[in-house]
Amino acid sequence: MSNAAQQFLEAAGTITRNLRHRGLIQTALRKYEVARDRKKSAFNDWSAARQSAAETKWDAINHLDTYLTEFASKIEARGTKVHWCTTGPEARDTIRGIIKDAKAKCVVKSKAMTAEEIHLNEALEKDGFEVVESDLGEFIVQLRKEPPYHIVFPAMHLTRDEISDLFERELGSAPTREPEELTMIARRALRRKYIQADVGITGANFAIAETGMVSITENEGNARLTSALPRVMVTLLGIEKILPKLEDLALFLPLLATAGAGQTVTGYNTLYGGPRQPGESDGPIEWHVVLLDNRRTELLADPEQRDALHCIRCGACLNVCPIFRNVGGHTYGTTYSGPVGSVITPHLRGMQEWKHLSNASSLCGACTEACPVKIDLHHHLLQNRRNAVGDSPSWIERLAWRAHAFAVNTPALYQFGQEVARIVEPLRLRLQGTPLDPVKSWTRTRDLPPVAPESFKEWWRNRR
Amino acid sequence: MVEESPMNAQERILARIREALKVPAPKPGSHGHGGHGRDVAPAPVFAFQGRPVQVARSWLPPGGSTPQEHLTRFAAASAELKTDFRCVESEAEAHVQLRQIADSEGWARVASHHSPLTDAATTALARPTLFTDGGYVPDELEVCDVGITTCDVLVAQTGSLVVNSRTSGGRALSVLPPHHVVLARKDQLLGDLTDAFQRIEQLHGTHWPSMISLVTGPSRTGDIERILVLGAHGPKKLTVLMW
Repeated sequence: MSNAAQQFLEAAGTITRNLRHRGLIQTALRKYEVARDRKKSAFNDWSAARQSAAETKWDAINHLDTYLTEFASKIEARGTKVHWCTTGPEARDTIRGIIKDAKAKCVVKSKAMTAEEIHLNEALEKDGFEVVESDLGEFIVQLRKEPPYHIVFPAMHLTRDEISDLFERELGSAPTREPEELTMIARRALRRKYIQADVGITGANFAIAETGMVSITENEGNARLTSALPRVMVTLLGIEKILPKLEDLALFLPLLATAGAGQTVTGYNTLYGGPRQPGESDGPIEWHVVLLDNRRTELLADPEQRDALHCIRCGACLNVCPIFRNVGGHTYGTTYSGPVGSVITPHLRGMQEWKHLSNASSLCGACTEACPVKIDLHHHLLQNRRNAVGDSPSWIERLAWRAHAFAVNTPALYQFGQEVARIVEPLRLRLQGTPLDPVKSWTRTRDLPPVAPESFKEWWRNRR
Repeated sequence: MVEESPMNAQERILARIREALKVPAPKPGSHGHGGHGRDVAPAPVFAFQGRPVQVARSWLPPGGSTPQEHLTRFAAASAELKTDFRCVESEAEAHVQLRQIADSEGWARVASHHSPLTDAATTALARPTLFTDGGYVPDELEVCDVGITTCDVLVAQTGSLVVNSRTSGGRALSVLPPHHVVLARKDQLLGDLTDAFQRIEQLHGTHWPSMISLVTGPSRTGDIERILVLGAHGPKKLTVLMW
């Protein structure tokens, strides 16, 4: 078993017994479900809208080279510097170089899962830069020195009391039970940072090929401020974020907001097409767009699972997943958790090390049903199981199945086995639950059906 | 670190993409009906038929078809978003309302930008005003009580409005002060997002501003126990005055 699999099992064993955690997640997700269903019902046809989105993303991903080239040339024409990075370390070094060249001290950052993916903050802090997360949820988990719990709701595993204690300890604020007061504490703490920061780092939700623009979705206004006041702006995004046309957003913005948070559209959906242009009163002098591959092209090379690159990171599949709802976000040990994380992580970080995630699924298909761009998530989990075995067959498993096949194809041997099982059964029942139980790894969490007193063949013979 | 020319990195990634795309992918949304097993040929490639979005708009939440319907929907969406939407008879009436808000909130400093609508409004307000046109000191904008701007369009379907960095006073004016007031004419209100993006393309398509923002309600967060709080980092209040 891989290290990651061992850690998953241990963490899952602990957290599934934690009733407080379960209560918090269930409450938060019930609220989400009510809001989402209400907004879904405002659509004239939700399923047709999903199909349309799937087709648009299919077009984007299956002509990725054309659209990326168009995007880059259009956005460069307005003075943006585009950096193409094959790996995480390459992207990290590129951004470190930009920040060093800017002679920056303070960096303010809005939410970017891609930055989590390449561990950007750790690298920048090692270099001695102060990096401040400005999204409220991200700000909270940064103070706790832990990764985001959920790709859309980073601090959903915390109560207001825990957040109040955290702010008291780290920021010296007075304790409060009011979410509003807690939000204002963060607001006041971050206001100065926007103005002081020399560099602002953002992620992106969509990259529009037709007009050469990046679209950033947020509710708080922190990304707006991050990209308004610092003199250098850096935007990090995966190459799969492409959408062909500007008007595609008319479909994707409501879809993302409805599936992700039960909103009609998110508070701020902002298009960025360049650094400050002549005649404009503010905005960064320099803008760097960092395009990240980081093994996305390997996923692209698998036509069966290529549609996993359609993902718009709305988090809907996490919210409905019975596994996620029980084990929570941190148990996965991955940047992207839940069903979509279980599908793509083996491709991005190694099949053998992460194949266990394919089994963290009941294959109920709720994820596939929830996905606004119709990614075939639960079948991809099955395909990953198959591919993991195909790439690295286990000789013990193979031997066991050969033996089984031989036994069931040899009637005499099969009957002999039945006889032995019937004789051994009473003894085994007495051993069940003790360390001597020969099948304890099965009976620990499951029932073993009793051996029938007579076989069908015997029953038939006796009745004739 | 080995310094590589950016062209090489770009070409390398594009080459990997082209190599990967040599094998076609099955039609989107065909769950479980694709090939089973890696050696089985994938399902026939879906022939992509033009742009689906023009069709897709009919599946989205409706925006209404007449100006009156647009107004009703925008008002309903605003109420849900906690946007203070006021549709008034005339510009003079809008200025009266603006002065009332200014008095009740005790605005000491106003921030705005130059345009016919905002110039008339700031003159009517007659308070110390910071204009962001041509640059400003962020600390001075931060202490203003309100940012007053124009907008490009408003969207009935979603209760949104669109500001941009060239003709709405820059990037920060509409998010840094605690109150954002938008002045708009009724004919700027459109039905849905598809209409809005078409209008934006007409307005700016030959000369894009560096930022275009679709603003939907005041700044908000639900990051603490999924409880809605307004004014996370941007404005706590959003007022739309339309005539």
